[in-house]
Amino acid sequence: MDSIVSLITQPLVLELLITLVKIGFILGLTIGFFAPMLAWVERKQSAIMQDRVGANRAGVFGITVIGLLHSLADAIKLIFKEDFIPRGAERGLHTLAPVIAIIPSLVVFAVIPFGGQYTLWGHEVNLVIADLDVGLLYVFAIGSLATYGVVIAGWSSNNNWSLLGGLRASAQMFSYEVTMGLTVIGLVMFYQSLSLVDIVAKQENFWHWGIIWHFPAFVLFLGCAVAENKRVPFDAPEAEAELVAGYFTEYSGMKFVMFWTAEFLEMVSISGMCVALFLGGHHIPFVTQKFLLTAFGDLLGQDIGAVVVMLIGVGVFITKLVILLVLQMTIRWTMPRFRYDQIMKLGWKMILPLSLCWIFLVGVGILTGVMPRP
Amino acid sequence: MEMAIFLVMGALSVGFSLVMILARKPVTSAMSLVAVMFCLAVLFALQSAHLIAILQILVYAGAIMVLFLFVIMLLNLREKEGEESHTKGYGQIFGGAIAFTILIVAVGSTSMSGSPAGLSSDRFGTTAEVGKILFTKYILPFEITSVLLLAALVGAVALVKLRMR
Repeated sequence: MDSIVSLITQPLVLELLITLVKIGFILGLTIGFFAPMLAWVERKQSAIMQDRVGANRAGVFGITVIGLLHSLADAIKLIFKEDFIPRGAERGLHTLAPVIAIIPSLVVFAVIPFGGQYTLWGHEVNLVIADLDVGLLYVFAIGSLATYGVVIAGWSSNNNWSLLGGLRASAQMFSYEVTMGLTVIGLVMFYQSLSLVDIVAKQENFWHWGIIWHFPAFVLFLGCAVAENKRVPFDAPEAEAELVAGYFTEYSGMKFVMFWTAEFLEMVSISGMCVALFLGGHHIPFVTQKFLLTAFGDLLGQDIGAVVVMLIGVGVFITKLVILLVLQMTIRWTMPRFRYDQIMKLGWKMILPLSLCWIFLVGVGILTGVMPRP
Repeated sequence: MEMAIFLVMGALSVGFSLVMILARKPVTSAMSLVAVMFCLAVLFALQSAHLIAILQILVYAGAIMVLFLFVIMLLNLREKEGEESHTKGYGQIFGGAIAFTILIVAVGSTSMSGSPAGLSSDRFGTTAEVGKILFTKYILPFEITSVLLLAALVGAVALVKLRMR
Protein backbone atom coordinates (compact mmCIF):
# COMPACT_ATOMS: atom_id res chain seq x y z
CA MET A 1 0.00 0.00 0.00
CA ASP A 2 2.77 2.40 0.98
CA SER A 3 4.67 1.60 -2.18
CA ILE A 4 1.62 2.44 -4.28
CA VAL A 5 1.18 5.78 -2.50
CA SER A 6 4.84 6.68 -2.99
CA LEU A 7 4.60 5.69 -6.63
CA ILE A 8 1.54 7.87 -7.20
CA THR A 9 3.06 10.91 -5.51
CA GLN A 10 6.06 10.91 -7.84
CA PRO A 11 5.66 14.03 -10.01
CA LEU A 12 5.88 12.27 -13.37
CA VAL A 13 3.48 9.48 -12.42
CA LEU A 14 1.09 11.99 -10.88
CA GLU A 15 1.20 14.09 -14.04
CA LEU A 16 0.50 11.00 -16.14
CA LEU A 17 -2.40 9.96 -13.92
CA ILE A 18 -3.96 13.43 -14.05
CA THR A 19 -3.67 13.47 -17.84
CA LEU A 20 -5.27 10.02 -18.05
CA VAL A 21 -8.13 11.19 -15.83
CA LYS A 22 -8.64 14.21 -18.08
CA ILE A 23 -8.65 12.05 -21.22
CA GLY A 24 -11.06 9.65 -19.54
CA PHE A 25 -13.33 12.52 -18.59
CA ILE A 26 -13.36 13.90 -22.13
CA LEU A 27 -14.04 10.48 -23.66
CA GLY A 28 -16.80 9.84 -21.16
CA LEU A 29 -18.32 13.25 -21.79
CA THR A 30 -18.25 13.01 -25.58
CA ILE A 31 -18.75 9.35 -26.52
CA GLY A 32 -20.36 8.25 -23.29
CA PHE A 33 -22.74 11.13 -22.69
CA PHE A 34 -23.15 13.56 -25.58
CA ALA A 35 -23.28 11.07 -28.47
CA PRO A 36 -26.24 9.00 -27.15
CA MET A 37 -27.91 12.07 -25.66
CA LEU A 38 -27.74 13.97 -28.95
CA ALA A 39 -29.20 10.97 -30.77
CA TRP A 40 -32.10 11.14 -28.33
CA VAL A 41 -32.42 14.93 -28.49
CA GLU A 42 -32.42 14.81 -32.28
CA ARG A 43 -35.47 12.53 -32.21
CA LYS A 44 -37.30 14.09 -29.33
CA GLN A 45 -36.71 17.70 -30.37
CA SER A 46 -37.76 17.04 -33.96
CA ALA A 47 -40.86 15.33 -32.61
CA ILE A 48 -41.73 18.30 -30.43
CA MET A 49 -41.05 20.80 -33.21
CA GLN A 50 -43.18 18.80 -35.65
CA ASP A 51 -45.96 18.18 -33.11
CA ARG A 52 -45.37 14.44 -32.88
CA VAL A 53 -44.91 12.13 -29.91
CA GLY A 54 -41.49 10.84 -30.95
CA ALA A 55 -39.60 7.79 -29.77
CA ASN A 56 -41.23 6.45 -26.59
CA ARG A 57 -41.47 2.67 -27.01
CA ALA A 58 -38.16 1.19 -25.90
CA GLY A 59 -38.30 0.34 -22.24
CA VAL A 60 -37.37 -2.12 -19.53
CA PHE A 61 -40.41 -3.63 -17.76
CA GLY A 62 -42.56 -0.80 -19.03
CA ILE A 63 -40.24 1.95 -17.80
CA THR A 64 -39.47 4.10 -20.85
CA VAL A 65 -37.87 7.25 -19.31
CA ILE A 66 -39.30 9.53 -22.06
CA GLY A 67 -37.62 7.52 -24.81
CA LEU A 68 -34.11 7.75 -23.36
CA LEU A 69 -33.64 4.01 -23.64
CA HIS A 70 -33.96 4.20 -27.42
CA SER A 71 -30.27 5.05 -27.73
CA LEU A 72 -29.46 1.88 -25.81
CA ALA A 73 -31.86 -0.19 -27.88
CA ASP A 74 -30.34 1.26 -31.05
CA ALA A 75 -26.86 0.36 -29.92
CA ILE A 76 -27.87 -3.26 -29.23
CA LYS A 77 -29.69 -3.51 -32.54
CA LEU A 78 -26.81 -2.07 -34.56
CA ILE A 79 -24.18 -4.27 -32.92
CA PHE A 80 -26.04 -7.37 -34.11
CA LYS A 81 -26.62 -6.10 -37.65
CA GLU A 82 -24.88 -7.67 -40.60
CA ASP A 83 -21.70 -5.86 -41.52
CA PHE A 84 -22.16 -5.51 -45.26
CA ILE A 85 -19.38 -4.67 -47.73
CA PRO A 86 -20.62 -4.26 -51.31
CA ARG A 87 -19.10 -6.22 -54.18
CA GLY A 88 -16.29 -4.37 -55.93
CA ALA A 89 -15.62 -2.15 -52.91
CA GLU A 90 -12.11 -1.46 -51.66
CA ARG A 91 -12.37 -3.65 -48.57
CA GLY A 92 -9.49 -2.12 -46.66
CA LEU A 93 -10.38 1.51 -47.23
CA HIS A 94 -14.08 0.77 -46.77
CA THR A 95 -13.36 -0.51 -43.27
CA LEU A 96 -10.87 2.23 -42.49
CA ALA A 97 -13.11 5.17 -43.51
CA PRO A 98 -15.40 5.27 -40.44
CA VAL A 99 -12.34 5.15 -38.19
CA ILE A 100 -10.74 8.07 -40.04
CA ALA A 101 -14.03 9.95 -39.75
CA ILE A 102 -14.43 9.53 -36.01
CA ILE A 103 -10.88 10.05 -34.74
CA PRO A 104 -10.33 13.75 -35.65
CA SER A 105 -13.47 14.86 -33.82
CA LEU A 106 -12.16 13.21 -30.65
CA VAL A 107 -8.55 14.31 -30.99
CA VAL A 108 -9.58 17.96 -31.39
CA PHE A 109 -10.67 17.94 -27.75
CA ALA A 110 -7.03 17.67 -26.65
CA VAL A 111 -6.57 21.45 -26.84
CA ILE A 112 -10.02 22.68 -25.80
CA PRO A 113 -9.93 23.91 -22.20
CA PHE A 114 -12.92 22.64 -20.24
CA GLY A 115 -11.97 24.48 -17.06
CA GLY A 116 -9.32 26.80 -15.68
CA GLN A 117 -6.12 26.35 -13.72
CA TYR A 118 -6.43 25.27 -10.11
CA THR A 119 -4.05 24.49 -7.28
CA LEU A 120 -5.16 21.32 -5.54
CA TRP A 121 -3.13 20.10 -2.58
CA GLY A 122 -0.11 22.01 -3.80
CA HIS A 123 -0.39 20.63 -7.31
CA GLU A 124 -1.17 22.69 -10.39
CA VAL A 125 -4.06 21.27 -12.39
CA ASN A 126 -4.81 22.78 -15.78
CA LEU A 127 -8.09 21.51 -17.19
CA VAL A 128 -6.95 20.99 -20.74
CA ILE A 129 -5.27 17.84 -22.02
CA ALA A 130 -2.53 19.66 -23.98
CA ASP A 131 -1.87 23.40 -23.80
CA LEU A 132 -0.30 23.96 -27.23
CA ASP A 133 0.91 27.41 -28.23
CA VAL A 134 -0.60 26.69 -31.67
CA GLY A 135 -3.83 25.26 -30.25
CA LEU A 136 -6.17 27.07 -32.61
CA LEU A 137 -4.22 25.95 -35.68
CA TYR A 138 -4.14 22.43 -34.27
CA VAL A 139 -7.94 22.39 -34.15
CA PHE A 140 -8.15 23.44 -37.80
CA ALA A 141 -5.42 21.02 -38.87
CA ILE A 142 -7.05 18.04 -37.20
CA GLY A 143 -10.53 19.17 -38.20
CA SER A 144 -9.50 19.27 -41.84
CA LEU A 145 -8.58 15.58 -41.64
CA ALA A 146 -12.21 14.64 -41.00
CA THR A 147 -12.77 15.18 -44.72
CA TYR A 148 -10.74 12.06 -45.48
CA GLY A 149 -13.11 9.71 -43.70
CA VAL A 150 -16.04 10.99 -45.71
CA VAL A 151 -14.21 11.12 -49.03
CA ILE A 152 -12.66 7.68 -48.65
CA ALA A 153 -16.03 6.26 -47.61
CA GLY A 154 -17.64 7.69 -50.72
CA TRP A 155 -14.90 6.49 -53.01
CA SER A 156 -14.34 2.99 -51.63
CA SER A 157 -18.00 1.93 -51.64
CA ASN A 158 -18.09 1.40 -55.41
CA ASN A 159 -21.48 3.07 -55.56
CA ASN A 160 -22.42 6.13 -57.61
CA TRP A 161 -24.48 7.72 -54.84
CA SER A 162 -21.63 7.29 -52.41
CA LEU A 163 -19.13 8.73 -54.87
CA LEU A 164 -21.29 11.77 -55.52
CA GLY A 165 -21.75 12.25 -51.81
CA GLY A 166 -18.01 11.99 -51.23
CA LEU A 167 -17.33 14.45 -54.03
CA ARG A 168 -19.74 16.99 -52.62
CA ALA A 169 -18.38 16.50 -49.13
CA SER A 170 -14.77 17.04 -50.17
CA ALA A 171 -15.52 20.32 -51.97
CA GLN A 172 -17.90 21.57 -49.30
CA MET A 173 -15.77 20.74 -46.28
CA PHE A 174 -12.66 22.14 -47.93
CA SER A 175 -14.41 25.41 -48.81
CA TYR A 176 -15.83 25.94 -45.36
CA GLU A 177 -12.55 25.11 -43.65
CA VAL A 178 -10.94 28.01 -45.47
CA THR A 179 -13.76 30.35 -44.54
CA MET A 180 -13.93 29.13 -40.95
CA GLY A 181 -10.22 29.77 -40.56
CA LEU A 182 -10.69 33.33 -41.75
CA THR A 183 -13.58 34.03 -39.39
CA VAL A 184 -11.39 33.56 -36.32
CA ILE A 185 -8.41 35.63 -37.51
CA GLY A 186 -10.00 38.73 -35.96
CA LEU A 187 -10.13 36.96 -32.60
CA VAL A 188 -6.48 35.99 -32.84
CA MET A 189 -5.62 39.64 -33.53
CA PHE A 190 -7.76 40.69 -30.59
CA TYR A 191 -6.41 38.22 -28.03
CA GLN A 192 -2.88 38.08 -29.50
CA SER A 193 -2.61 34.36 -28.99
CA LEU A 194 -3.20 31.07 -30.77
CA SER A 195 -3.44 29.11 -27.55
CA LEU A 196 -7.03 28.39 -26.55
CA VAL A 197 -6.02 28.38 -22.89
CA ASP A 198 -4.65 31.92 -23.26
CA ILE A 199 -7.73 33.07 -25.13
CA VAL A 200 -10.04 31.71 -22.42
CA ALA A 201 -7.89 33.26 -19.68
CA LYS A 202 -8.22 36.67 -21.33
CA GLN A 203 -12.01 36.39 -21.26
CA GLU A 204 -12.31 36.43 -17.46
CA ASN A 205 -13.83 39.89 -17.67
CA PHE A 206 -17.27 39.60 -19.27
CA TRP A 207 -16.66 42.70 -21.40
CA HIS A 208 -13.73 40.93 -23.07
CA TRP A 209 -15.76 37.95 -24.24
CA GLY A 210 -15.42 37.10 -27.90
CA ILE A 211 -19.13 37.34 -28.54
CA ILE A 212 -19.25 40.93 -27.24
CA TRP A 213 -16.53 42.28 -29.54
CA HIS A 214 -16.78 39.78 -32.36
CA PHE A 215 -20.46 39.05 -32.75
CA PRO A 216 -20.32 39.06 -36.59
CA ALA A 217 -17.42 36.60 -36.43
CA PHE A 218 -19.46 34.44 -34.06
CA VAL A 219 -22.39 34.27 -36.49
CA LEU A 220 -20.10 33.52 -39.45
CA PHE A 221 -18.16 30.93 -37.45
CA LEU A 222 -21.30 29.13 -36.34
CA GLY A 223 -22.60 29.10 -39.92
CA CYS A 224 -19.34 27.61 -41.15
CA ALA A 225 -19.39 25.11 -38.29
CA VAL A 226 -22.80 23.79 -39.28
CA ALA A 227 -21.65 23.54 -42.91
CA GLU A 228 -18.42 21.83 -41.89
CA ASN A 229 -20.37 19.25 -39.91
CA LYS A 230 -22.55 18.61 -42.97
CA ARG A 231 -25.75 19.07 -41.04
CA VAL A 232 -29.02 20.41 -42.40
CA PRO A 233 -29.27 22.90 -44.11
CA PHE A 234 -25.81 21.99 -45.45
CA ASP A 235 -26.27 18.22 -45.72
CA ALA A 236 -25.93 18.01 -49.51
CA PRO A 237 -23.28 15.23 -49.17
CA GLU A 238 -25.92 12.90 -47.72
CA ALA A 239 -29.07 14.44 -49.23
CA GLU A 240 -31.44 11.52 -48.86
CA ALA A 241 -33.82 12.85 -51.52
CA GLU A 242 -31.09 12.77 -54.20
CA LEU A 243 -28.29 10.46 -53.06
CA VAL A 244 -30.02 7.76 -50.93
CA ALA A 245 -27.72 8.50 -47.99
CA GLY A 246 -24.71 9.96 -49.77
CA TYR A 247 -21.27 8.87 -48.70
CA PHE A 248 -22.44 6.31 -46.14
CA THR A 249 -25.05 4.63 -48.34
CA GLU A 250 -23.14 1.35 -48.28
CA TYR A 251 -22.49 1.25 -44.55
CA SER A 252 -24.40 -0.78 -42.02
CA GLY A 253 -24.20 -1.83 -38.41
CA MET A 254 -21.46 -0.39 -36.24
CA LYS A 255 -19.63 1.26 -39.13
CA PHE A 256 -22.75 3.29 -39.85
CA VAL A 257 -22.97 4.19 -36.18
CA MET A 258 -19.39 5.46 -36.31
CA PHE A 259 -20.31 7.93 -39.03
CA TRP A 260 -23.35 8.94 -37.08
CA THR A 261 -21.38 9.36 -33.87
CA ALA A 262 -18.67 11.26 -35.75
CA GLU A 263 -21.27 13.80 -36.83
CA PHE A 264 -22.46 14.34 -33.26
CA LEU A 265 -18.92 14.46 -31.91
CA GLU A 266 -17.96 17.05 -34.52
CA MET A 267 -20.88 19.12 -33.31
CA VAL A 268 -19.70 18.80 -29.72
CA SER A 269 -16.08 19.61 -30.49
CA ILE A 270 -16.91 22.60 -32.67
CA SER A 271 -19.26 23.87 -29.95
CA GLY A 272 -16.50 23.38 -27.40
CA MET A 273 -14.22 25.50 -29.54
CA CYS A 274 -16.94 28.09 -29.94
CA VAL A 275 -17.34 28.25 -26.15
CA ALA A 276 -13.59 28.71 -25.72
CA LEU A 277 -13.34 31.38 -28.41
CA PHE A 278 -16.52 33.40 -28.03
CA LEU A 279 -18.34 32.50 -24.82
CA GLY A 280 -15.55 32.79 -22.28
CA GLY A 281 -14.90 29.09 -21.63
CA HIS A 282 -15.50 28.22 -17.99
CA HIS A 283 -15.93 31.83 -16.84
CA ILE A 284 -19.19 33.05 -15.33
CA PRO A 285 -20.16 36.61 -16.38
CA PHE A 286 -19.19 39.22 -13.77
CA VAL A 287 -17.74 36.59 -11.42
CA THR A 288 -13.98 36.20 -11.34
CA GLN A 289 -12.34 32.91 -10.48
CA LYS A 290 -10.39 34.62 -7.71
CA PHE A 291 -13.63 35.70 -6.07
CA LEU A 292 -15.01 32.15 -6.24
CA LEU A 293 -11.76 30.71 -4.89
CA THR A 294 -11.71 33.01 -1.87
CA ALA A 295 -15.43 32.57 -1.22
CA PHE A 296 -15.34 28.77 -1.29
CA GLY A 297 -11.87 28.69 0.24
CA ASP A 298 -13.14 30.52 3.34
CA LEU A 299 -16.17 28.26 3.50
CA LEU A 300 -14.67 24.82 2.86
CA GLY A 301 -10.93 25.21 3.18
CA GLN A 302 -8.39 25.94 0.46
CA ASP A 303 -8.31 22.61 -1.35
CA ILE A 304 -11.93 21.47 -1.12
CA GLY A 305 -12.91 25.00 -2.14
CA ALA A 306 -10.68 24.75 -5.21
CA VAL A 307 -12.28 21.42 -6.10
CA VAL A 308 -15.74 22.98 -5.85
CA VAL A 309 -14.67 25.92 -8.01
CA MET A 310 -13.21 23.47 -10.52
CA LEU A 311 -16.48 21.53 -10.66
CA ILE A 312 -18.40 24.80 -11.10
CA GLY A 313 -16.06 25.76 -13.95
CA VAL A 314 -16.59 22.43 -15.73
CA GLY A 315 -20.32 22.74 -15.14
CA VAL A 316 -20.40 26.22 -16.65
CA PHE A 317 -18.42 24.99 -19.66
CA ILE A 318 -20.84 22.09 -20.20
CA THR A 319 -23.85 24.40 -19.80
CA LYS A 320 -22.56 26.72 -22.51
CA LEU A 321 -21.82 23.69 -24.66
CA VAL A 322 -25.38 22.43 -24.25
CA ILE A 323 -26.81 25.84 -25.16
CA LEU A 324 -24.82 25.86 -28.41
CA LEU A 325 -25.80 22.27 -29.18
CA VAL A 326 -29.49 23.03 -28.68
CA LEU A 327 -29.08 26.06 -30.94
CA GLN A 328 -27.54 23.88 -33.65
CA MET A 329 -30.25 21.25 -33.23
CA THR A 330 -32.90 23.92 -33.59
CA ILE A 331 -31.28 25.20 -36.78
CA ARG A 332 -31.23 21.63 -38.06
CA TRP A 333 -34.99 21.19 -37.66
CA THR A 334 -35.91 24.71 -38.80
CA MET A 335 -34.25 25.10 -42.18
CA PRO A 336 -34.80 23.21 -45.44
CA ARG A 337 -31.74 21.85 -47.24
CA PHE A 338 -29.80 24.29 -49.43
CA ARG A 339 -29.04 23.38 -52.99
CA TYR A 340 -25.42 22.44 -53.61
CA ASP A 341 -24.59 25.52 -55.71
CA GLN A 342 -26.21 27.70 -53.05
CA ILE A 343 -23.95 26.17 -50.42
CA MET A 344 -20.87 26.93 -52.50
CA LYS A 345 -22.04 30.44 -53.29
CA LEU A 346 -22.74 31.14 -49.64
CA GLY A 347 -19.30 29.94 -48.61
CA TRP A 348 -17.12 31.60 -51.23
CA LYS A 349 -19.11 34.66 -52.26
CA MET A 350 -20.71 35.72 -49.00
CA ILE A 351 -19.08 34.36 -45.86
CA LEU A 352 -15.51 34.62 -47.20
CA PRO A 353 -15.69 38.31 -48.23
CA LEU A 354 -17.62 39.15 -45.06
CA SER A 355 -14.97 37.55 -42.86
CA LEU A 356 -12.24 39.40 -44.78
CA CYS A 357 -14.17 42.63 -44.14
CA TRP A 358 -14.37 41.75 -40.46
CA ILE A 359 -10.62 41.16 -40.27
CA PHE A 360 -10.08 44.61 -41.81
CA LEU A 361 -12.54 46.23 -39.38
CA VAL A 362 -10.90 44.55 -36.38
CA GLY A 363 -7.53 45.77 -37.62
CA VAL A 364 -8.82 49.33 -37.90
CA GLY A 365 -10.52 49.01 -34.51
CA ILE A 366 -7.36 47.83 -32.79
CA LEU A 367 -5.15 50.47 -34.43
CA THR A 368 -7.51 53.34 -33.64
CA GLY A 369 -8.11 52.10 -30.12
CA VAL A 370 -11.86 51.62 -30.57
CA MET A 371 -11.35 47.97 -29.69
CA PRO A 372 -9.24 47.85 -26.53
CA ARG A 373 -7.32 44.59 -26.41
CA PRO A 374 -7.53 42.66 -23.15
CA MET B 1 13.64 8.86 -26.98
CA GLU B 2 13.88 11.57 -29.64
CA MET B 3 16.22 9.39 -31.64
CA ALA B 4 13.79 6.48 -31.47
CA ILE B 5 10.88 8.63 -32.66
CA PHE B 6 13.07 10.04 -35.42
CA LEU B 7 14.08 6.58 -36.62
CA VAL B 8 10.53 5.21 -36.56
CA MET B 9 9.07 8.25 -38.30
CA GLY B 10 11.88 8.41 -40.82
CA ALA B 11 11.44 4.74 -41.68
CA LEU B 12 7.68 5.18 -41.93
CA SER B 13 7.97 8.20 -44.20
CA VAL B 14 10.39 6.36 -46.50
CA GLY B 15 8.11 3.33 -46.49
CA PHE B 16 4.99 5.33 -47.30
CA SER B 17 6.86 7.23 -50.02
CA LEU B 18 7.71 3.89 -51.64
CA VAL B 19 4.09 2.79 -51.38
CA MET B 20 3.07 6.08 -52.97
CA ILE B 21 5.31 5.52 -55.98
CA LEU B 22 4.68 1.79 -56.39
CA ALA B 23 0.95 1.57 -55.66
CA ARG B 24 -1.33 0.67 -58.55
CA LYS B 25 -4.35 2.63 -57.35
CA PRO B 26 -4.18 6.42 -57.38
CA VAL B 27 -6.18 6.63 -54.15
CA THR B 28 -3.69 4.38 -52.35
CA SER B 29 -0.89 6.63 -53.62
CA ALA B 30 -2.70 9.74 -52.41
CA MET B 31 -3.38 8.27 -48.97
CA SER B 32 0.25 7.20 -48.64
CA LEU B 33 1.29 10.74 -49.44
CA VAL B 34 -0.98 11.93 -46.62
CA ALA B 35 0.78 9.49 -44.30
CA VAL B 36 4.15 10.87 -45.45
CA MET B 37 2.97 14.39 -44.63
CA PHE B 38 2.08 13.19 -41.14
CA CYS B 39 5.48 11.63 -40.57
CA LEU B 40 7.14 14.83 -41.78
CA ALA B 41 4.97 16.85 -39.39
CA VAL B 42 6.16 14.70 -36.49
CA LEU B 43 9.76 15.23 -37.61
CA PHE B 44 9.19 19.00 -37.64
CA ALA B 45 7.65 18.81 -34.17
CA LEU B 46 10.75 16.93 -33.00
CA GLN B 47 12.82 19.91 -34.16
CA SER B 48 10.56 22.05 -31.90
CA ALA B 49 9.13 23.77 -34.98
CA HIS B 50 5.53 23.34 -33.80
CA LEU B 51 4.07 25.94 -36.13
CA ILE B 52 5.63 24.33 -39.20
CA ALA B 53 4.45 20.91 -38.04
CA ILE B 54 0.87 22.09 -37.69
CA LEU B 55 1.00 23.98 -40.98
CA GLN B 56 2.33 20.85 -42.65
CA ILE B 57 -0.83 19.00 -41.62
CA LEU B 58 -3.17 21.95 -42.15
CA VAL B 59 -1.99 22.91 -45.62
CA TYR B 60 -0.65 19.73 -47.16
CA ALA B 61 -2.58 16.91 -45.50
CA GLY B 62 -5.73 18.91 -44.85
CA ALA B 63 -6.13 21.01 -47.96
CA ILE B 64 -3.90 20.09 -50.89
CA MET B 65 -4.31 16.35 -50.58
CA VAL B 66 -8.07 16.71 -50.29
CA LEU B 67 -7.96 18.50 -53.65
CA PHE B 68 -5.86 15.64 -55.05
CA LEU B 69 -8.45 13.15 -53.86
CA PHE B 70 -11.21 15.35 -55.23
CA VAL B 71 -9.63 15.26 -58.70
CA ILE B 72 -9.01 11.51 -58.51
CA MET B 73 -12.64 10.96 -57.60
CA LEU B 74 -13.89 13.41 -60.18
CA LEU B 75 -12.09 11.48 -62.92
CA ASN B 76 -13.03 8.25 -61.11
CA LEU B 77 -9.58 6.74 -61.59
CA ARG B 78 -9.65 3.17 -60.31
CA GLU B 79 -6.39 1.71 -61.65
CA LYS B 80 -3.34 3.56 -62.80
CA GLU B 81 -3.57 4.25 -66.51
CA GLY B 82 -0.62 3.67 -68.80
CA GLU B 83 0.24 0.29 -67.30
CA GLU B 84 3.27 -0.25 -69.54
CA SER B 85 5.30 2.37 -67.66
CA HIS B 86 5.84 -0.26 -64.97
CA THR B 87 7.64 -2.65 -67.31
CA LYS B 88 10.17 -0.31 -68.89
CA GLY B 89 11.42 1.43 -65.78
CA TYR B 90 15.09 1.84 -66.73
CA GLY B 91 14.63 5.52 -67.52
CA GLN B 92 13.01 6.08 -64.15
CA ILE B 93 15.76 4.23 -62.31
CA PHE B 94 18.39 6.25 -64.17
CA GLY B 95 16.61 9.52 -63.47
CA GLY B 96 16.17 8.60 -59.84
CA ALA B 97 19.86 7.77 -59.51
CA ILE B 98 20.86 11.14 -61.00
CA ALA B 99 18.47 13.01 -58.70
CA PHE B 100 19.78 11.11 -55.69
CA THR B 101 23.39 11.92 -56.61
CA ILE B 102 22.57 15.60 -56.96
CA LEU B 103 20.83 15.48 -53.57
CA ILE B 104 23.82 13.84 -51.89
CA VAL B 105 26.23 16.38 -53.41
CA ALA B 106 23.97 19.27 -52.45
CA VAL B 107 23.59 18.09 -48.84
CA GLY B 108 27.29 17.37 -48.61
CA SER B 109 28.28 20.83 -49.82
CA THR B 110 25.97 22.68 -47.42
CA SER B 111 27.28 23.45 -43.99
CA MET B 112 24.68 22.74 -41.33
CA SER B 113 26.32 24.69 -38.51
CA GLY B 114 24.79 27.66 -36.75
CA SER B 115 21.18 28.26 -35.80
CA PRO B 116 18.82 27.76 -38.74
CA ALA B 117 17.61 30.89 -40.54
CA GLY B 118 19.16 33.11 -37.90
CA LEU B 119 16.50 32.43 -35.27
CA SER B 120 17.27 32.69 -31.62
CA SER B 121 17.27 29.16 -30.33
CA ASP B 122 15.19 29.48 -27.16
CA ARG B 123 12.03 30.74 -28.83
CA PHE B 124 12.71 28.99 -32.12
CA GLY B 125 9.64 27.68 -33.89
CA THR B 126 7.02 29.60 -31.94
CA THR B 127 4.35 31.40 -33.93
CA ALA B 128 5.46 34.83 -32.75
CA GLU B 129 9.07 34.21 -33.73
CA VAL B 130 8.27 32.78 -37.15
CA GLY B 131 5.82 35.62 -37.81
CA LYS B 132 8.34 38.26 -36.77
CA ILE B 133 11.07 36.96 -39.02
CA LEU B 134 8.63 36.42 -41.88
CA PHE B 135 7.55 40.04 -41.79
CA THR B 136 10.98 41.58 -41.28
CA LYS B 137 13.94 39.66 -42.64
CA TYR B 138 12.07 37.60 -45.22
CA ILE B 139 9.38 40.09 -46.17
CA LEU B 140 10.51 40.36 -49.80
CA PRO B 141 10.54 36.62 -50.63
CA PHE B 142 7.29 36.26 -48.70
CA GLU B 143 5.53 38.97 -50.69
CA ILE B 144 6.99 37.75 -53.98
CA THR B 145 5.64 34.28 -53.24
CA SER B 146 2.18 35.66 -52.65
CA VAL B 147 2.32 37.56 -55.94
CA LEU B 148 3.49 34.38 -57.65
CA LEU B 149 0.55 32.46 -56.24
CA LEU B 150 -1.83 35.18 -57.33
CA ALA B 151 -0.36 35.03 -60.82
CA ALA B 152 -0.84 31.26 -60.88
CA LEU B 153 -4.45 31.72 -59.78
CA VAL B 154 -5.18 34.30 -62.46
CA GLY B 155 -3.43 32.11 -65.02
CA ALA B 156 -5.57 29.10 -64.12
CA VAL B 157 -8.76 31.14 -64.43
CA ALA B 158 -7.59 32.58 -67.76
CA LEU B 159 -6.87 29.08 -69.11
CA VAL B 160 -10.32 27.85 -68.13
CA LYS B 161 -11.97 30.89 -69.72
CA LEU B 162 -9.98 30.34 -72.90
CA ARG B 163 -11.24 26.78 -73.21
CA MET B 164 -14.82 27.76 -72.51
CA ARG B 165 -14.88 30.18 -75.41
